[in-house]
Amino acid sequence: MLDYLASLAVFAGIYALLGLGLNLVWGLGGMVNLGLAGFFAIGAYASALSALHLHFPLVAASFFAMLLAAAAGALLAVVTARLKGDYLAIVTLGFAEVIQLIAGNEIWLTNGTDGLSAIPAPGRGTLSPLAFDLSSAGIVWLVLAAIAAAFGRLSAAPYGRVLRAIREDEMVARIAGKNVLSFKIGAFSASAAVMGLAGSLYAAYDGYVAPDSFDVLVTLLVVLALTAGGVGRMQGALVGAVLVVVLTEGTRFFGGLLPGLSALQVASLRQGVIGLFLLLLLRVKPDGLLPERIRVHPLDDEGETTR
Amino acid sequence: MSFLQALVNGALAGAVLALPALGFNTVYAVLRFPNFAIASIATAGAYAGWIANVLWGWPAPPALLVAFVAAGAVGATTDALALRPLRLRGPLTAAIGSVALDLLLQNALRFGFGNDPRGYDLPVFRDWRLAGISIGPQEVEDAGLAFITMTALFLLLRFTRIGKTMRAVADNASLAESKGIDPARVAWIANGVGFGLAGIGGTLVALDTSLDPLTGFRVLLSIFAAAVVGGLGSIPGAIAGAFMIGIGEELSTLALAPTYRTAIGFLAILVVLSFRPRGLLGERAY
Repeated sequence: MLDYLASLAVFAGIYALLGLGLNLVWGLGGMVNLGLAGFFAIGAYASALSALHLHFPLVAASFFAMLLAAAAGALLAVVTARLKGDYLAIVTLGFAEVIQLIAGNEIWLTNGTDGLSAIPAPGRGTLSPLAFDLSSAGIVWLVLAAIAAAFGRLSAAPYGRVLRAIREDEMVARIAGKNVLSFKIGAFSASAAVMGLAGSLYAAYDGYVAPDSFDVLVTLLVVLALTAGGVGRMQGALVGAVLVVVLTEGTRFFGGLLPGLSALQVASLRQGVIGLFLLLLLRVKPDGLLPERIRVHPLDDEGETTR
Repeated sequence: MSFLQALVNGALAGAVLALPALGFNTVYAVLRFPNFAIASIATAGAYAGWIANVLWGWPAPPALLVAFVAAGAVGATTDALALRPLRLRGPLTAAIGSVALDLLLQNALRFGFGNDPRGYDLPVFRDWRLAGISIGPQEVEDAGLAFITMTALFLLLRFTRIGKTMRAVADNASLAESKGIDPARVAWIANGVGFGLAGIGGTLVALDTSLDPLTGFRVLLSIFAAAVVGGLGSIPGAIAGAFMIGIGEELSTLALAPTYRTAIGFLAILVVLSFRPRGLLGERAY
């Protein structure tokens, strides 16, 4: 039971990291990124490959993963700098598809759809399975706490204010003398780096990466987590990630209770429920459980405290 | 494979791709958001066509009509139930909702039909050979049916009152509403027509490849590419874009592994948007 809970904590932490990354670029910067599964995949493969072939320890492999993901993020930000909402959603979704395609086809590098297995991680094999799960959960949540603190700081700092200004009105930010493009590139690559880090931790913990792990479902789960928690606030990503894990695991539990259904039907019900849940959430509570609080200047007598 | 052969194959594939791309752009033109659920709605149409063809024993043309009606009904109903309330929150909320809707529909299909690929019950012909180029009669028939459908759409938009209403809303939604056009009614029609086209397109794609819950999803990137390259929401743009992407994908197989053909679409999106952020023909609907 405890090792099950520990593994849930690891996955919740990984979703929370992805949520934090998405929140920086989407919540603060207003740039939708439906390609997060792509950055997650880049991080996971970079970490797994450097650990398997170059015997990088987890820390070095994670830095390598963050570097590659950040580079991909910067590149995508430059290419999409002039695009707004709809187009950005399409391009980023397409980006993730292409990454998955490459992961499935460059067999010499990624071993294709069979995936990479036996990825080393600190403690695997030397610790008992329970101790490994617990220590992994500890590592993931320590990393998460550090990133959350850093992003919380960033969000309160002038940098976060500029990102919010770009989100609300790019033109105003530009007139105020801000270099919008460099802020966009910065936010995109920082968020991609965190997603890459999440990928690295995922590869190390799971010990196995395959293209299937990086389909659009991951993106949807993280969007769901962030929407549930509240877009724009860093705590929202944490709360949302825990909720998503409870939801996915809860449906696993109830799915097992349904009589007369094949395993495939149960699996499709569970995935369908996730889609349904996101639709309902967007309808009923689009600002999430912890809506972003916009600070209003005391002299602003318009009295607009909610947006 | 020769260059000319790839060109012919690409043109035939482009004609089929044009249908879901037209559907995507029709919906975008009227409702102003990208509806990603088109992937699973096209698949739903393909299953409806399969039921008509295999279970009822109907030939291809009436089976395609069934696909049109079924996909149009699924698309219009799910939009009214799930996505219309989200549009009030902005196009992006609706777009994200449509990804969730796609997941829901895809899994509903998987629940009902399973993952195993299904085959249609159609006669198999030998390829025709003309001056060293082989052409499949099935592909030619698919392209012909696609052309007939496109012509019907053109006539609908150009000459009927429904078409005129749709064009008016696409051009200026608030002006159209002030003239007494009911936006909800136009949304039903645009979704019905747009996703109906996607249903036919999905069936033709499934005829050519295979039918399983991911049939539509596998061509989603190509649909995006055709729509964006031509110009989001543009009807002639969708057709031009579809032929460019269809031919581009086939030509790419001369140099790249065939599995990368859909990546060509992504590349085309990036190149075109870098130079023309609103696509080759712009966003004007018609």
